[in-house]
Amino acid sequence: MSSAGRFGEYGGRFVPEALIGALNELEIAHNTAQNDPLFLAELAELHRTYTGRPSIITEAKRFAEYAGGARIFLKREDLNHTGSHKINNVLGQALLTKRMGKKRIIAETGAGQHGVASATAAALMGLDCVVYMGEEDTRRQALNVARMKLLGAEVVPVTSGSRTLKDAINEAMRDWVTNVADTHYLLGTVAGPHPFPTMVRDFHKIIGEEAREQMLALTGRLPDAILACVGGGSNAIGIFNAFIPDSAVRLIGLEAGGDGVETGRHAATITGGTPGVLHGTRSYVLQDANGQTVESHSISAGLDYPGVGPEHAYLHDIGRAEYRAINDDAAMAAFSLLSKTEGIIPAIETAHALAGALVVGRELGPQANLLINLSGRGDKDVQTAAQYFGIPL
Amino acid sequence: MTQLDAVMAKVRAENRAALIAYIPAGFPSQQGCAKAIQALADAGVDAIEIGFPYSDPVMDGPIIQEAAEISLKGGTNAADVFAALKVATDTGVAAVVMTYWNPIERYGVDQFAQSIADNGGSGVITPDLTIEESDRWLAATNKSQINPIYVVAPSTNDSRLAAVTSKTGGFVYAASLMGVTGTRATVSSDASNLVSRVRAVTDLPISVGLGVSTREQAKSLAAYADGVIVGSAFIKLLLEAESEEKGLDAISHLAKELAIGVREGR
Repeated sequence: MSSAGRFGEYGGRFVPEALIGALNELEIAHNTAQNDPLFLAELAELHRTYTGRPSIITEAKRFAEYAGGARIFLKREDLNHTGSHKINNVLGQALLTKRMGKKRIIAETGAGQHGVASATAAALMGLDCVVYMGEEDTRRQALNVARMKLLGAEVVPVTSGSRTLKDAINEAMRDWVTNVADTHYLLGTVAGPHPFPTMVRDFHKIIGEEAREQMLALTGRLPDAILACVGGGSNAIGIFNAFIPDSAVRLIGLEAGGDGVETGRHAATITGGTPGVLHGTRSYVLQDANGQTVESHSISAGLDYPGVGPEHAYLHDIGRAEYRAINDDAAMAAFSLLSKTEGIIPAIETAHALAGALVVGRELGPQANLLINLSGRGDKDVQTAAQYFGIPL
Repeated sequence: MTQLDAVMAKVRAENRAALIAYIPAGFPSQQGCAKAIQALADAGVDAIEIGFPYSDPVMDGPIIQEAAEISLKGGTNAADVFAALKVATDTGVAAVVMTYWNPIERYGVDQFAQSIADNGGSGVITPDLTIEESDRWLAATNKSQINPIYVVAPSTNDSRLAAVTSKTGGFVYAASLMGVTGTRATVSSDASNLVSRVRAVTDLPISVGLGVSTREQAKSLAAYADGVIVGSAFIKLLLEAESEEKGLDAISHLAKELAIGVREGR
């Protein structure tokens, strides 16, 4: 395996031998595509005419009044087709699936955003699509289950283990081991075995590339800090990547603190976890003394994952990025605040980054410019939010 | 030379295949597991694999998943795995541990290998450890003189088969099909192809697993494989039994049938 699959001591491949051939095939397909102007042009055209790229930047002036007066800019990935950044990766991998001659994609989903994006790409490109979703999540996100079915995908509720995202990934891996000859596993985050962390980052890095130019044009300088929520970490890597060489720009990942990291009921993997191996990659993991994965907890289904992408683990260890935990209540307060001050209802996942901005803005003061990846919109969360705020439905 | 090496040499001399049984530590209970190991050894299995139950077993089908869940709910930890290994080796059969990688890393790579050796174990099967990630593990297994056993699959190409088997000790674990563990009505024809391809690159014994549950299947595999691995079929009997005692009788009966099967294949 190439060293490209490792981020310091993290990353790599911890998978059944049965999958090595498919991972090698995917690595080659991805490397070839990244150097193929035709592929890049096809993807760029799809982003222009289907995704709706480039996504705009909105300055959140009224919201910023609650953040110590710092200027706050939102990178509007919520305005992409299907409502989140997830479409960037899905279109890229679906094109690769066709290039590899495979007819079927499988995907895991937590909140349903990646599942909806996968079902969308499958419909667009004429691929069969099966989405694995924890039974618990099919209840929390019933609307997205219906959306996936309307798009022609099959949704399989997963009843093993904790019945959430972690177990949906297990079930998707089992399907892949069995059907790898004609099936591509369209993994939705920057985790999993090589080449997924690198490939998914490559498909999302457009977020940061656009934002870097937009911020220079808007403000004449680079932002002081960039904030993004981190579950597996795909939207965060997407916006961080272009700024990694800009050492003066602080990169801040906001993890799901659940009831509080000190309670043990959280999904803040870097803040509260330890190095280990989960789902084919070495990274930080929420685990017990025997190496068993511990169940994560978060009000946000999309962040409710006991692992995290290996590049985040590396960026943390070398001190290039910092990671903080935001509790459920702080995230929901920021969710409400953005809705009422800007007329933008964010995804609950994204609300963790917004809550982080309220803190970081006060730390950095009124001279600071903060860029937040507004990774998804909150339509899917209306039921959860209504329940949380006591709004009768 | 480990006890497993000796057992594989012995069955080769007897012109038959070895019968290798899998049972997770702590299943159906800590004591039940010890009794099951004894029953399997008494019924004539040549080697036993003790499973380290894991929270995220991506190579396992519903039967072993359920057993692992029961075992973990019972609090099974690394010490219980080594205790079960000791029970197995004390019966006189060769014994190994089968585990996903993370529990080894968490326990300590060198310490894990040494604890296997200290409890009389012959080796460890690591279904999700690739050879590219194996440097520390191979140093540890070498130091503790135990067999690092790798799994190969029908999708493994010939050059990679050579690379993987060059790191392997004890036997090569050949997965009979593309898929997860579980009983199947027929053993895939991929198995004989894979065994021939492995034979072309190594002199190591080759054991076939995944999907084997009957004397007939054991017999057909024993025609060309050096070992036949059975796991889910035993676990299913224990899960479905009305009582632990009846479950033990059932696995004893099946093990005896399989032991005949591995002797009538050639």
